[in-house]
Amino acid sequence: MSETVTESRDLFSKFDEIIAVRENLLASGVEDPFSLVMEKVLSPTRAICNGRDTILLGTYNYMGMTFDPDVIEAGKEALEQFGSGTTGSRVLNGTYRGHREVEDALKEFYGMDHAMVFSTGYQANLGIISTIAGKEDYIVLDIDSHASIWDGCKMGDAQIVPFKHNDIEALEKRLKRIPEGAGKLVVLEGVYSMLGDIAPLKEMIKVAKDNGAMVLVDEAHSMGFIGEHGRGVAEAQGVLDQVDFVIGTFSKSVGTVGGFCVSNHPKFEIMRLVCRPYVFTASLPPSVVHTAATSIRKLMHAGNKRAHLWENSKVLHKGLMDLGFKLGTSEPQSAIIAVIMPDLERGAAMWEALLHEGLYVNLARPPATPAGMTLLRCSLCAEHTAEQVQTIIGMFERAGKAVGII
Amino acid sequence: MDRAAIDSTIRSLIEPFNRKSVEVADATTFAGDLEFDSLTVMDFVAAIEDEFDIIISMNQQAEIENYGQLVDAVMKMRGE
Repeated sequence: MSETVTESRDLFSKFDEIIAVRENLLASGVEDPFSLVMEKVLSPTRAICNGRDTILLGTYNYMGMTFDPDVIEAGKEALEQFGSGTTGSRVLNGTYRGHREVEDALKEFYGMDHAMVFSTGYQANLGIISTIAGKEDYIVLDIDSHASIWDGCKMGDAQIVPFKHNDIEALEKRLKRIPEGAGKLVVLEGVYSMLGDIAPLKEMIKVAKDNGAMVLVDEAHSMGFIGEHGRGVAEAQGVLDQVDFVIGTFSKSVGTVGGFCVSNHPKFEIMRLVCRPYVFTASLPPSVVHTAATSIRKLMHAGNKRAHLWENSKVLHKGLMDLGFKLGTSEPQSAIIAVIMPDLERGAAMWEALLHEGLYVNLARPPATPAGMTLLRCSLCAEHTAEQVQTIIGMFERAGKAVGII
Repeated sequence: MDRAAIDSTIRSLIEPFNRKSVEVADATTFAGDLEFDSLTVMDFVAAIEDEFDIIISMNQQAEIENYGQLVDAVMKMRGE
């Protein structure tokens, strides 16, 4: 009789490759791009980061609502009146007056019949996508979709069919090949957050509708800014009325945290009982929903701020283009400007050089980025002054030359 | 279209993606031997879908690890 010895296998060995990449990067002496600490936040556009006074250009705080006096006041009041947290699910003890108020604000903001608030934007995609598309259904989605959309697909039972980024013909071909009688959900984004490009929603939604599909559009990076009322890319392209589900977040233009879905579907309210990422988690704290409701109502009337943000985006885009940087889009299409780096090493060096100049941007790398790119992603804010934008361009020039990218 | 015909069509479709000119047999794996990343998989699958007018969902792709399994799957989807 032989004795069997079971060798224990370290479950973490699968991370060895990424651990090595990280150690290699840090060994070159750069500040760790993924463990920056903001010691003090002075405004939507300035903070003390790793001990330095820094302009913030990578926060998605597009409309600068985080320090709005009315928003802060609403949060303080709610904290005192309703306490620090709900300690419960939305369907049990976790729906307070503020949760209803923020859903009412969303319905008004989008002009839609139903609104459902989740604890994060990630959970909104996860919950809605995995719940509405079942075993016999097909989800057709853009290959560059956000992780929360992919995870929603993975969590559900539907057949998943990706198509080439923003390719209308590829979408149409796939829709036409889906077996007769199957349910179809097309998932698109208004703004794709890595390169800051927008989707041809008008054409894509027409193709989807012509082929009997329902349409979900994630407008996380366009809310508050794009479209006459800030409703997003679908509004700007005149097709919002044909979108079945809009997914959004409070963690960008709204300036706090949380996610939502708005819809005109007559049976939408049943989602509150069948959507697990909505049911099996605690609801947002009262202070958060009150700040969000106040912020959303102010965003309805923020036309001037939207105009200034467009101006900022255009000036920075042109400035960086003129300096010779390679950008994610040839024209500014959103408040995101992605500067394409030649590789991770020089990307990290450039990121650090900018930080030393006093500028924070996001260093984005695979798997978050398409086609294995390393990006320095800049997101502008309506509170950036015209002077700050010029300062930023000067910082990019000095850092780019020091690192040898331009 | 019999198996041999489908095999030869797929063999010609795989060529532009077979950058290291790996010799393709039924047991050749896409991830391992051909080193296809996710974007290459998408483009390659799209080429096959267009050629045979079929749809291969990611759920179905997960079951297809090697070349022979792909030929069999395409045959089945074509109802041949």
